[in-house]
Amino acid sequence: MDRSNRHALLDPLIDNNPITLQILGLCSALAVTTTLATALTMSLALTTVLTFSSGIISALRRHIPRSVRLIVQITVISSLVVMVDEILQAYAVEMSKRLSVFVSLIVTNCIVLGRTEGFAMQHDVKRSMLDGLGNGLGYSLVLILVGIVRELLGSGTLLGVSVFPLAADGGWFQPLALMLMPPSAFLLIGLLIWALRTWKRAQIEPSELPESALVLSETEAVGDGLARSVR
Amino acid sequence: MNEALDLLLRSVFINNLALSFFLGMCTFLAVSKRLDTALGVGLAITCVQTVTVPINNLIYAYILAPGALAWAGLPELDLSFLSLIAFIGVIAAMVQILEMLLEYRVPRLYRALGIFLPLITVNCAILGGTLFMVERAYTFTESVIYGFGTGVGWALAIVLLAAIRERLKYSDIPDGLQGLGMSFMVVGLISLGFMAFSGLG
Repeated sequence: MDRSNRHALLDPLIDNNPITLQILGLCSALAVTTTLATALTMSLALTTVLTFSSGIISALRRHIPRSVRLIVQITVISSLVVMVDEILQAYAVEMSKRLSVFVSLIVTNCIVLGRTEGFAMQHDVKRSMLDGLGNGLGYSLVLILVGIVRELLGSGTLLGVSVFPLAADGGWFQPLALMLMPPSAFLLIGLLIWALRTWKRAQIEPSELPESALVLSETEAVGDGLARSVR
Repeated sequence: MNEALDLLLRSVFINNLALSFFLGMCTFLAVSKRLDTALGVGLAITCVQTVTVPINNLIYAYILAPGALAWAGLPELDLSFLSLIAFIGVIAAMVQILEMLLEYRVPRLYRALGIFLPLITVNCAILGGTLFMVERAYTFTESVIYGFGTGVGWALAIVLLAAIRERLKYSDIPDGLQGLGMSFMVVGLISLGFMAFSGLG
């Protein structure tokens, strides 16, 4: 694999992680991490959709008129999501119920649209698919980490297997109910970002105070993310 | 009447889309730096949500649901696999229509909302509201209340966060937490506060 391909695959894992740096695709990252199993399933679903939608859009990129490109992209993405959703319902009904609406919400996950619009529209099929895979894995990495912490501390298990014996069953571990509730997801990702940025100091954001007049509108934020991803 | 009020309170506070279902997070964190823009986005979301959820409710009930086409003489047809694509289409169309209406009727509001209006199409709070409506099988009246309630709840959450972040600028934060990290912490605390409402329902 030559260097640029390896860069497309590995850069989004830590240096340009979609969740902690590009602020994309947060909804599902927070919602499905109460157990490791749901986090893994969601990671797999998103990585599949992302890889294939990048590939398809990249293959079609010379045939898509500029003015309707967003609609074409959304249609391709939602067809893939419908397929993943139907497969889940057919082979893993229980899991599909636990993930509730979040598999369908991959359609509006900004990572997918961000990668197809920001990368796949300009690059060839192989690199686009590698880039999609890399970003999917970067997303999965965060989900799995948060999933492990929440399941371990929230119910003392990993993938349903008991790791810490619970106090209720004669063990020593008192589960932290907070870990299973929404606020802990925010706090954990906040801590994760803190840890990551202490390690990789280049990712630290400048203090907002000097440019207090600066208005970061969402367009700029999205544009920023896209510009970063093109780089 | 009591049930309606209950549903309204529940969708604004207890099942707040942003704070307990994490929907619309990207917008939520990206445009909460200033109070006035946050207010504008909140308003736009409330408008779109109040319109799209009931419309999608009608479309699902009369066209897409299993057996819904009985009125057209096709009782065995099940089009529910098309619902995702149909919903996204309705949302995009509604946002477009709302944009045109506002531009002609209320130009001031239109200018204030600016770019946020078209971006709402890909906001997962809108699609999420519709999907929850289908999952919980709300009736038409319920879907109107639910759409309005979730919109107001989302707006409330983003305005609260923006108000805190405006003051956060003047505090001394560890380097690594600056910006995004601190926003997550603050949202976590607001969400913790909102959990106190769960006794209301």
